[in-house]
Amino acid sequence: MNRRTIGVLIGLAIADLIASLWMGQQAYGWMPPQASAESVLVDNLFSFMTTLGSFIFFGVMGTLLYSILFQRAIKYDISDGPPIEGSIKLEVIWTAIPILLVIWIATVSYQTYDRMSILGPMEPMAMGMATAEAADLDASEPAASEPIQVSARQWAWEFYYPESGVRSTELHLPVNQRAQLVLSSEDVLHGFFVPAFRVKQDVVPGRVIDFEFTPIRAGRYRLRDSEYSGTYFAANQTNVVVESAEAYQDWLKMAAAKSPFPAENVPFEEFNQTDSSAIGLGWQTVKPAPAPLVNFASSEEDAHE
Amino acid sequence: MSNASAVASLQPQPGAPDNWRRFFSFSTDHKVIGIQYIVTAFVFFLFGGLLAMVMRGELITPDADLVDRTVYNGLFTMHGTIMLFMWTFPMLNGLANYLVPLQIGARDMAFPRLNAAAFWLVPVFGVILVLSFFVPGGPSQSGWWAYPPVSLQNPTGNLINGQSLWLLAVALSGVSSIMGAVNIVTTIFRMRAPGMGWFKMPAFCWTVLSAQMIQLVGLPALTAGAVMLLLDLTVGTSFFNPELGGDPILYQHFFWFYSHPAVYVIVLPIFGVFSEVFPVYARKPLFGYKVVAISSLIITGLSLIVWVHHMFASGTPGWMRMLFMFTTMAISVPTGIKVFAWVATIWGGKLRLTTGMLFALGGLSTFLFAGITGIMLASAPFDIHVNNTYFVVGHFHYVINGAVVMGFYAAIYHWFPKMTGRMYYEGLGKLHCALTFIGINLIFLPMHPLGLQGMPRRVASYDPEFAFWNVLASLGGFLLGVSTLPFILNMLSSWVQGKAAPDNPWRAIGLEWLVSSPPPHENFEQLPVVVAGPYGYGSDEPLVSNDPNQKPTEELAREHS
Repeated sequence: MNRRTIGVLIGLAIADLIASLWMGQQAYGWMPPQASAESVLVDNLFSFMTTLGSFIFFGVMGTLLYSILFQRAIKYDISDGPPIEGSIKLEVIWTAIPILLVIWIATVSYQTYDRMSILGPMEPMAMGMATAEAADLDASEPAASEPIQVSARQWAWEFYYPESGVRSTELHLPVNQRAQLVLSSEDVLHGFFVPAFRVKQDVVPGRVIDFEFTPIRAGRYRLRDSEYSGTYFAANQTNVVVESAEAYQDWLKMAAAKSPFPAENVPFEEFNQTDSSAIGLGWQTVKPAPAPLVNFASSEEDAHE
Repeated sequence: MSNASAVASLQPQPGAPDNWRRFFSFSTDHKVIGIQYIVTAFVFFLFGGLLAMVMRGELITPDADLVDRTVYNGLFTMHGTIMLFMWTFPMLNGLANYLVPLQIGARDMAFPRLNAAAFWLVPVFGVILVLSFFVPGGPSQSGWWAYPPVSLQNPTGNLINGQSLWLLAVALSGVSSIMGAVNIVTTIFRMRAPGMGWFKMPAFCWTVLSAQMIQLVGLPALTAGAVMLLLDLTVGTSFFNPELGGDPILYQHFFWFYSHPAVYVIVLPIFGVFSEVFPVYARKPLFGYKVVAISSLIITGLSLIVWVHHMFASGTPGWMRMLFMFTTMAISVPTGIKVFAWVATIWGGKLRLTTGMLFALGGLSTFLFAGITGIMLASAPFDIHVNNTYFVVGHFHYVINGAVVMGFYAAIYHWFPKMTGRMYYEGLGKLHCALTFIGINLIFLPMHPLGLQGMPRRVASYDPEFAFWNVLASLGGFLLGVSTLPFILNMLSSWVQGKAAPDNPWRAIGLEWLVSSPPPHENFEQLPVVVAGPYGYGSDEPLVSNDPNQKPTEELAREHS
């Protein structure tokens, strides 16, 4: 390779790098609001992987496009290209570099997962090096006073606050405190998913799963069932409200004072509604559980972020 | 020889007046079976695509207002099932059936009757799947994973219900695929022509071999899982039913132990198609052929130890998530080797952009994109956010509809002259390619922002903030439906009245191009004696040392006497 070729290659690599770094910055904007400590970690990881991925994508596509545009056979040229069968040097390079990249991505991912510690510390693999950082999140924020019991069913979410005896279909959490949830399902698999928190965990019937994360931004967010749970799966959604510790305590007191009433429940209402313009073929469905009796109900009218 | 010619006399010869009838017979000719597979699979592809278009019609608005939720759930379940079990697997078997014996210089598959039996199971379970739309309660509505307990709920209470028919069809599909795999693996091991050592074998055969070995190891797990689920559903056993002490997560392990490698069963032969097509139209040898060949086997090995990445948000402990994150990422290395090798093959060549080449290039670019989102998904902390969202749907459709379907089309256009003896119309082919490429990107690219924003998959309704990208995706879906029209027109009219194809219209190297188009019954008059590697572009070495079209001299002597 002569000097000029090397210069052009370095120039192209720098252009690719700049474009990729720009893509990595854009990646933050493709995500929902950052409402938990975990979301910051996940978004950093996603931005990092977008940067690396873009670099490879632009590099390979650029090479291909150059070939397609400028290396076509001219008409009536039936000769073959150069009989190059391979190059050990190149093949070693494009095996070794991906191995290093993959180790890099996997290490960053491992550290991110360890710092999130959404299922508590990873015991069988908690091998010193990354666990020191795991303390970051737990130590700085006090744990909320009580684990909240989350029960999923076909098709409703119900949250029970054992200390104050409150039942609600809207999940309320105090900001900047480690939220502790106990997930259980009464029938089939469901998935606890709050996009703004970047956390998700399947809820498995017959198991009790401890789950934790730290909300860091006040607001109302969407909680969605993420593991397909049958007919009204899509409507099995509710809201999560993150608020200051005082507002949270006020809400608990206010809700505890209310007597239980049937919550708003889209699946149950839709099941009992007979006039629908949608094309039905009379296929039977599992009947939705009746609307849960709660002290406080989420409303589909409320705006969420 | 005498035995072989006795079989030959029972088969209608190509060109006979009633030759279309052989496609409806229990023919044991691998080429007839290949085309039977391909055409049957394509009919089901159109049906599965139609289901998807109804789904996109539902999703063009946020509310569940076009079809009932039960209908929507049946649609996505059957769309996934039909596309995998009735389209990709049979289509791959069709290509392998048609091409492998020709490429390795064999007269047929090792077990021709087993081959025909494996094919004729396909319409049987296909009909079972379609009929399940008409039983009370409709078809299975538990998604193509059929995760218990949802798949065990059976609201009709009938023994014959959509879910039990679905499980029966999947088990039969497993049996058919295992029969096919035994046949293909045996054929490649035992029936290569004289001189065709392992490293003289075309890359397509390497990838088919690697893929079919996965079938042999993995499919028994899925088939066993399906049978256990069927027992839970029908006679009330408790393998997976938590109410009776069963474990629903165990089913997920059974299911993904096969169903992740299944992705490689599907995509490996497409890698093979790319490895065949690029050298022909770039007029250069496949770059690093041996490494490309071996990397298929490495993918086979790794594919068997990555399945838990489908369960990162499931009931799995943290250490398991981390372990499978590392293995999953490792599989990108042999895959990357292939991608770089194809780019290096194309680089500096003399490109001819035929329809086949354009489809292969389109498939390569969508695969590259899917590979990058695939590495992201392998990263457990990120996957926890997008798991079961449209990001995953976008990712795997870039693989399956991008790389695989475009790879299928590349293969069909590339080998169409060989299979039918006719040329297709390039103009229509290029129109088809453009519509397909635009359609795929228009429907599946918007799914990535949707997933990042948190829209779950398998939903009949969604929050209004997702409407914009869904409208775009639906338009792409309808365009993709329209894109099949020029293809169908092209194939039908070319097959009937296209220009006659020469033996080797692309000046390609390979045993299949040494025989007539379409190849004669039993392919080769004389078994070819292979003396060179499969990609000798640019060097004038002959591939074989004899003329496979020439009758052997002793046979000629016998005819004259």
